[in-house]
Amino acid sequence: MSISYANISSIMDPLVYMKPLPNHNIKNGSVVKIKTKDGEIRTGQVLTVSKDVVVIQVVEGSFGLTLGTTQVTFLDEVFKVGVSREMMGRRFNGIGEPIDGGEPILPEVLLDINGEPMNPVTRDYPRDVIQTGISSFDTLNTLVRGQKLPIFSGQGLPHNRLVAQIVNNAKVRTNEPFVTIFCGIGLLAEQALYFQQKFEERGSTKVISFINLASDPTIERLLIPKVALTTAEFLAFQHDMHVLVVLSDITNYAEALREISNVKGEIPARKGFPGYMYSDFASIYERAGRIKGKKGSITQIPVISMPNDDITHPIPDLTGYITEGQIVLSRDYHQQGLFPPIYPLSSLSRLMKDAIGKENTREDHADLSSQLYACYSKALEIRELESIIGTESLSEIDKQYLTFANLFEQNFINQGDSERPFEKTFNLAWKLLSIMDRSELIRVKREFIEKYYVENVDINSIY
Amino acid sequence: MKYKSSTHPVLGKIIAINGSVIKVEGFRDQSVGDMVNVSTKLNLIGEIIKIVNKIAVIQCYEDTSGLKLNATVENYRYPLSMELGPGMLTMIYDGIQRPLEKIAEISGDFIARGLRVPAIDRRKIWEFHPAVNPGDYVSEGDIVGTVQELSLTHNIMVPPGISGKIVSINSGDMRVEDFAYSIEKRDKTIEKFSLLTRWPIRKARPYKKRFIPSKPLITGARVFDLLFPVAQGGVVAVPGGFGTGKTVVQHSLAKFADADVIVYIGCGERGNEMADLLNSFPSLEDPKNHRPLMDRTIMIANTSNMPVSAREASIFAGITMAEYWRDMGKNVLLLADSTSRWAEALRELSGRLEEMPTEGGYPAYLATRLSNFYERAGFVQVLGKGNRFGSITIVGSVSPPGGDFSEPVTTNTKRFVKAFWALDARLAYARHYPAVNWTDSYSLYDNLEEYWEENIEKGWQDARKTVNSILSKADQLESVAKLIGTENLPPDQQLTLLMATVIKDGYLIQNSFNQNDMYSSPLKTMRLALLFLKFYHKCEKLIKIGVPIFRFKEMKCLNALRRARLDFHSNEVEKMTQLGNEMDDEFSNLEKQYRS
Repeated sequence: MSISYANISSIMDPLVYMKPLPNHNIKNGSVVKIKTKDGEIRTGQVLTVSKDVVVIQVVEGSFGLTLGTTQVTFLDEVFKVGVSREMMGRRFNGIGEPIDGGEPILPEVLLDINGEPMNPVTRDYPRDVIQTGISSFDTLNTLVRGQKLPIFSGQGLPHNRLVAQIVNNAKVRTNEPFVTIFCGIGLLAEQALYFQQKFEERGSTKVISFINLASDPTIERLLIPKVALTTAEFLAFQHDMHVLVVLSDITNYAEALREISNVKGEIPARKGFPGYMYSDFASIYERAGRIKGKKGSITQIPVISMPNDDITHPIPDLTGYITEGQIVLSRDYHQQGLFPPIYPLSSLSRLMKDAIGKENTREDHADLSSQLYACYSKALEIRELESIIGTESLSEIDKQYLTFANLFEQNFINQGDSERPFEKTFNLAWKLLSIMDRSELIRVKREFIEKYYVENVDINSIY
Repeated sequence: MKYKSSTHPVLGKIIAINGSVIKVEGFRDQSVGDMVNVSTKLNLIGEIIKIVNKIAVIQCYEDTSGLKLNATVENYRYPLSMELGPGMLTMIYDGIQRPLEKIAEISGDFIARGLRVPAIDRRKIWEFHPAVNPGDYVSEGDIVGTVQELSLTHNIMVPPGISGKIVSINSGDMRVEDFAYSIEKRDKTIEKFSLLTRWPIRKARPYKKRFIPSKPLITGARVFDLLFPVAQGGVVAVPGGFGTGKTVVQHSLAKFADADVIVYIGCGERGNEMADLLNSFPSLEDPKNHRPLMDRTIMIANTSNMPVSAREASIFAGITMAEYWRDMGKNVLLLADSTSRWAEALRELSGRLEEMPTEGGYPAYLATRLSNFYERAGFVQVLGKGNRFGSITIVGSVSPPGGDFSEPVTTNTKRFVKAFWALDARLAYARHYPAVNWTDSYSLYDNLEEYWEENIEKGWQDARKTVNSILSKADQLESVAKLIGTENLPPDQQLTLLMATVIKDGYLIQNSFNQNDMYSSPLKTMRLALLFLKFYHKCEKLIKIGVPIFRFKEMKCLNALRRARLDFHSNEVEKMTQLGNEMDDEFSNLEKQYRS
């Protein structure tokens, strides 16, 4: 049953207001089709409804709509997206329509984009890893299947390059099916082209892109992560795939949320963002995870460009409270020309401790990571001391630390576009640690030192 | 059961839907707090939160998308209540006491809407042992019989407000809804009771008398037990930014704290964290009686993506269950992680109600609601015959945005709690766990000395004071030391700095992955503290005869002392005594060298 109206009473982009018929049982959240007087069809969704007024958000925006002549038809269904395994390698817009010029997708099933919350008792604790091919990710902040690990970046930092590298190189090291979903939220046209080019370079059919450009409608930014994650849930939990979802950039999503909230006349909380932003973020991030008895998983890498590099800004702050750790990019590193500029000391992967080791990565991984961490943080203290008292007054051991730190930054952190499997990364890390005397390596078990320590390491061989 | 649902609900119809808030008109009889069935098709659970011009404003505990205007809403005229009775232990509930395991059986891996599953298993058989006879006079809170629930004796009590003469009483195997006993009340009417009762979540259960808590709640973490103790019946807030280890503190309390029953509320937190807890708990055992930890635990898991109004209800659901166990004379520990998420839920709902916001967008009644919750903690004499006592201790974590403790939830919480365990990002980054900041934290439970002195070991108060003063002095000295170098400080100040480092690494830090260190018994906590103080006092003495600081740093016993927390298990008291003796010997040798 669909009922049409032509009685829009207010238009406040992207919302329209109208009075419903007294006995029309409008469904909350249902889809509406809007026909402009020129015959253009737009899609909208019921935001709130009461017997006096219905508020509809129009995906394409309400610009150009008219009071008397625009027709609004209420469909009796909520927002659904058609998903299929054939989406692999394709590109879509914010409501799941193909934008790569290819054939339309024949959906296997239509799904409500809001999903349902995963039952905490059926969740499985994440335990296996994803190899990103990036040393500072894999060794120090391992990405775990089912985890949500955001990248905290800033304007002018190369997070897009990093994201493209991750999308192209990430893999599960078992023979299980693996797919990456790239969800671009509010991308600049040029950024979108960059990503498209990067993905095509690898000829990857294992990437599904959902792209919302900065010039696309604001509402679509709010829908696109949900559409992407609904697709992810379909592939992960109905077709046993490991799905990595990259959401870039959540800051644009939050800005859109604020914009719409403002139009709705809601009471703002911090910095004008709505009070429900935490719950709203959670409805996206918490769709990562694993389910007991199911083979697939959803892992998320949301990218956040922190306004003014401020980690206490509501967007990174609320994100940090929901995600399991964070990868922080450093402006200092970037200025020194290091890529990727992942700053290890403030980055953290909360779930890595239970996921690494003999079975998933290598026996010495945990010790190695903790030793690198300890050595680098000590080296930084020594570097600070050096700037006060001068290199001459440092002890031999201290100088070893400085050499370690320099090479660690130049050759471990700074890996450029190359891909390093776990073994290669671990061996490199051992060469770095071997710059130091064995006695300095207190966080590593003795047997690992015996096995992996490189005697008289040649510092020119460390790269 | 006390609240009988009337068979004929009053009906109304939906006139507005805004997120989880809906408006209903047409109820001919209604009151605030009534639980309603929203839409006879979707069957969503809701609660009337206010009535404006005869229109009921309802908060719906499930997602309202797809809900229709004009849909029918049924009001059964009883308040949102918890089911209380045998069978709550080991259960995992959502924010409105729906058993998540049962829900998973029905709706699979994702939580569908409109499911009604009883909180307590109706089919399970319990053996009821009556404790009174027909003809006995009983009144509210009296124990009419018991049921053995796992390792605990579950008292079946006369519900509050009821008194009279036992007419008949059943015994032996029965299910929770079967007839258990009946009472002839003063007005000569006879009321029948089963093992199951109900209690509205917004109303505190009554007790006889309240006392000032004076017995410590042993947490098994040295930094709390010695420096910032909490009493049984006390209230603690644990604030900390993200990554400071709030949840780890809550988990370790759930594992090791000395309480009969633990109610753990995962309120708006991460699903994977809950999964970790749910996966690890069943395999863990209570360090005291080696029974599965799950046996004393009730969990509420309302993760951040579950409906926001159920998150608001979850802490009241938890405290109602805690009160029921308290009324049996048990010591209950309620862990709420995190109350900030609860406050945010309140803010979100308030926004939907278009209420005038105050600071940070929170509603003006934030403080009142917080106090409604925290004030339900306490050490009390419970209702019923005999001098029986029970307690509820609340440990609520607070997640201040940006780690800023001046925000409304933290500041308001501070008004209602007597202990404050401030977690510090700086310490967490340095991998100092539990990351409790010793300057910002406090505990006003300073009346626990008697218990420690009489039951554990002498010198608790003295040890606290000395450790505290070493830490605070060291904090002041550190800035000076940075400027002029530690070596240029006078020896006694150098000693303070040395002791502060040693106490931090060797005492305050606790490794939750190390078998010996994860739990520190009160005796280990005391003995270790005394060893550190012994070392300190001996050094103080030797400084006076000119022994330089580096000699202390080289001492064997100092190394042993620093590792003692890892090397000695809580029951290896003799090893600690031995370390004390070795310390004596080493110091007297050192003293001899310098005297001669």
